[in-house]
Amino acid sequence: MSMKVAIRQVDGITILDLSGRITLGEGSITLRDSVRDVLAKGSKKILLNLGQITYIDSSGIGELVSAFTSVKNAGGELKLLNLTQKVHDLLQITKLYTVFDIWDNEASAITAFA
Amino acid sequence: MPDSTTSRVSLTLASTIESVDTVERTAEDFAHRAGFNTDTVPNIVMAVREAVINAVLHGNAYNPSKNITVAFETSSDSLTVRICDQGPGFDSYSLPDPLAPENLLRGSGRGIFLIRAFMDEVHFRKLHPGTELTLIKHRVPANPVA
Repeated sequence: MSMKVAIRQVDGITILDLSGRITLGEGSITLRDSVRDVLAKGSKKILLNLGQITYIDSSGIGELVSAFTSVKNAGGELKLLNLTQKVHDLLQITKLYTVFDIWDNEASAITAFA
Repeated sequence: MPDSTTSRVSLTLASTIESVDTVERTAEDFAHRAGFNTDTVPNIVMAVREAVINAVLHGNAYNPSKNITVAFETSSDSLTVRICDQGPGFDSYSLPDPLAPENLLRGSGRGIFLIRAFMDEVHFRKLHPGTELTLIKHRVPANPVA
């Protein structure tokens, strides 16, 4: 199953609901293109909902990091929402858990944007 | 009832992303049949997938004239996976530490780290040409905590 992205707006925050696999190739490219597109359209507050992500590999982890730096370099903020246990564990062992701003409640995440 | 007797599977595949997915499915099936539990199987599968990505992407550089070979073997005490490419080879000791503060925000460089995190033994061997990566998962922890 490749990755799918649904984009919605809530209180000025752009939420990307991701589902499927973020892996080398199609999944990583879809994530990169989606973040690039919403940035190009002027969105600077981006919330990635990973609740339906079934698998992520090192390429996918790298793509999350690249998305984070791209948004930050554009003067924006990127946060993560609803990590699965596996993604949570991977971010822990790669020490990225402290890099990302991670939430498990959408309303709280939206409020947390500056 | 898991099969803990010795069994082997060997694959020779093109240097493509589709081959990565094929090996991933084989690794999952093999690890399940070898009797590893549901917490351990995904870790083995991820380590094998990362190793095959390295072979296809960094080793053979998607060269259609180069293949990868992947051999799975189970014994009474472990699962061994050998992944070979036909690339120029690399020095595993020269890889940057992905946990170092200056590397945390790099977009790549975590594959070998994850392989080492999830397997009990990881060995590199220079081929002529290529690299052989051997991954071993023991049926019980190599150094159980007392």
